[in-house]
Amino acid sequence: MGGYLLHHIVRFGRTLRAAGVPITPGQIVAFIRALEWLPLEDRALFYHAARCTLVCRREDLETFDRVFEWFWRNPLMGGQLPPGLLSTAPGPIRRQENRPRPAEVGHPPAPEPRSENPEAPPVILADRAMTYSPIEILRRKPFERFSEEEIQRVRRLMARLRWQISERETRRLRPGPRGEHLDLRRTLRRSMRHYGEWVRLLWRTHKRKPRPLVVLCDISGSMERYARMLLHFLHALSHTRRHVETFVFGTRLTRITRCLRHRDLDEALREVSHTVVDWSGGTRIGECLHVFNRDWGRRVLGRGAVVMIISDGWDRGDVELLRQEMERLQKSCYRLIWLNPLLGIPGYQPLTRGMQAALPYIDDFLPVHNLASLEQLAAHLERLPARRSARRSGLARPVPSGGPE
Amino acid sequence: MFPRSIDEVIRALEAHRYIAERGLATAIFLALRLNRPLFLEGEPGVGKTEVAKVLADLLETELIRLQCYEGLDVHSAVYEWDYARQILQIRMLEASGERDEARIRQQIFSPDFLIKRPLLQALEAKNGRPPVLLIDELDRADEEFEAFLLELLSDWQITIPEIGTVRAEQPPVVVITSNRTREIHDALKRRCLYFWIDYPSFEKEIQIVRARIPEAPERLTRQIVAFVQELRRLDLYKLPGVAETLDWTAALLALDRTELDPTVVDETLGVLLKYQDDVLKVRGEIAQDLLAKALLRAEIASGGA
Repeated sequence: MGGYLLHHIVRFGRTLRAAGVPITPGQIVAFIRALEWLPLEDRALFYHAARCTLVCRREDLETFDRVFEWFWRNPLMGGQLPPGLLSTAPGPIRRQENRPRPAEVGHPPAPEPRSENPEAPPVILADRAMTYSPIEILRRKPFERFSEEEIQRVRRLMARLRWQISERETRRLRPGPRGEHLDLRRTLRRSMRHYGEWVRLLWRTHKRKPRPLVVLCDISGSMERYARMLLHFLHALSHTRRHVETFVFGTRLTRITRCLRHRDLDEALREVSHTVVDWSGGTRIGECLHVFNRDWGRRVLGRGAVVMIISDGWDRGDVELLRQEMERLQKSCYRLIWLNPLLGIPGYQPLTRGMQAALPYIDDFLPVHNLASLEQLAAHLERLPARRSARRSGLARPVPSGGPE
Repeated sequence: MFPRSIDEVIRALEAHRYIAERGLATAIFLALRLNRPLFLEGEPGVGKTEVAKVLADLLETELIRLQCYEGLDVHSAVYEWDYARQILQIRMLEASGERDEARIRQQIFSPDFLIKRPLLQALEAKNGRPPVLLIDELDRADEEFEAFLLELLSDWQITIPEIGTVRAEQPPVVVITSNRTREIHDALKRRCLYFWIDYPSFEKEIQIVRARIPEAPERLTRQIVAFVQELRRLDLYKLPGVAETLDWTAALLALDRTELDPTVVDETLGVLLKYQDDVLKVRGEIAQDLLAKALLRAEIASGGA
């Protein structure tokens, strides 16, 4: 193969990577090997071969097409990728090297000094000498009343919360003394020690795994004052276990799972703010749930998923649609939890039209307004009942009670 | 036959009544040439599984199918010992006075007592031709199995502790399908040639119906395909796939219909749409509207042809 072509292909790979399509050298090699079998003058074949060797995710196909079109029109033209060619899907997670990393020795990440007050000494909360009461006050204080400094402190308390979502029995078997499936293979092998006499029967039992968790968080105008703390919460949650899918919604649904995979909170938040376009706008919960059910439901709700919706229930969309979509959502997940920050306000009644429409389909209705309520949530997730609650289609069930407090 | 060019692949697939677009044909051709697995994704009913079947026909070789499900393990995917026969054998050896443990072990853990499951079978070529291995709906299996598969796809060997390592002299032609109910890990997909099968265009879909149900009248075929194509523009939970188009055509033929009319569309909508919500949404006014558009399009298409 001509040296020029090889050179261009390598640069093409680099361009794709810059546009956010993750490509490995192995894939480039596969592409070059593929070209040995194709007539090079056929541009369509060249395109198809590149596509099936270099791309392995459907989300990337569109970006690939645009980059291909742009790059091969004149492969000699180098340099900057024109705007608009960048992948809309968040690319691979790459840490920005020049950013200072918070010290992580023995502590959860310390907060970086905020720009307003760069000189302020970091509050050392990891210090065990901290008295009980300040933390206690902080635990009970509603999120919206936090000062900047308190946010930083709570952020670290949050990172320390234990999230263990209740487990489910998978279909996979593993050796276990109290199992219900006879392990013939091990029994027979063991019996060889006793000349084929089955001295002891060995058993297999179901392996257990934590349930996947899917979070849908409202970021519309009315939720604005909680948004920051909630994003901290979502970030902390994403880094406790692997199977957390996170979406935010206002007037449209955005998946932010990949953004939140950044270890660094600020990096993650920056990525989220780039990805999400409908901050602090209106709310159309029904439409957003519809999009979720249609495009994502089948992909992320398998294997007994627990779904958490975080919203105050102020909805300016179609209420009937919201009701239908809630019903569908509840039927397709293991447990549907609604977290409402307003539930922390004494005397709050879920009277908004949206909340009223949603209530019959909610398994747990819990507050999310301070650290104590998050701890309560964590405890709740850990002890989810082994059976899912009854799903009655069309019949309104009694309103689930709010959590204690 | 072993295709030597992409056009040959397309022609051979057509001869086996599979209408493929050029992109898919390229991926298939390269999968055969580079010995890489073919990874097919797409909505249900666009003909992913069919590719493997047709490929086996075309290469005149055996099709080995592994249907994935949660909890799929080595015992059902790779091999299992025939315990009942092993126990019998032990009793017989005992009766004949055999007391040497090592000899008993050697006898009962021999290939004679091995039950080969699909992945082990796929390592053996029959009459010199490697088989086609279809790993269907990989997204249903769990991650443990995916990890195992990743290893197998790179070395084409399986180790059975009691016997040793089995290696494929010629790796099988592998087709993996996924419906994306779960994301498959990129590491596995990168080892494959990836192809997303889209819904076919109007003309392609007519060709498919013609190839699969040649007895369907030309006019009806055009109307059916035009209607299904219109239906796919709607916001539905599950859009009808090519499989549904074919089912519907067969259903209408069984009802002795020669053209679409509002009543028959309403009555047979359940063949196309698999969710009650979707059926309720489309039945009646929307269906009539789609039908009017479809009939027009079918007319125009026949005029042009």
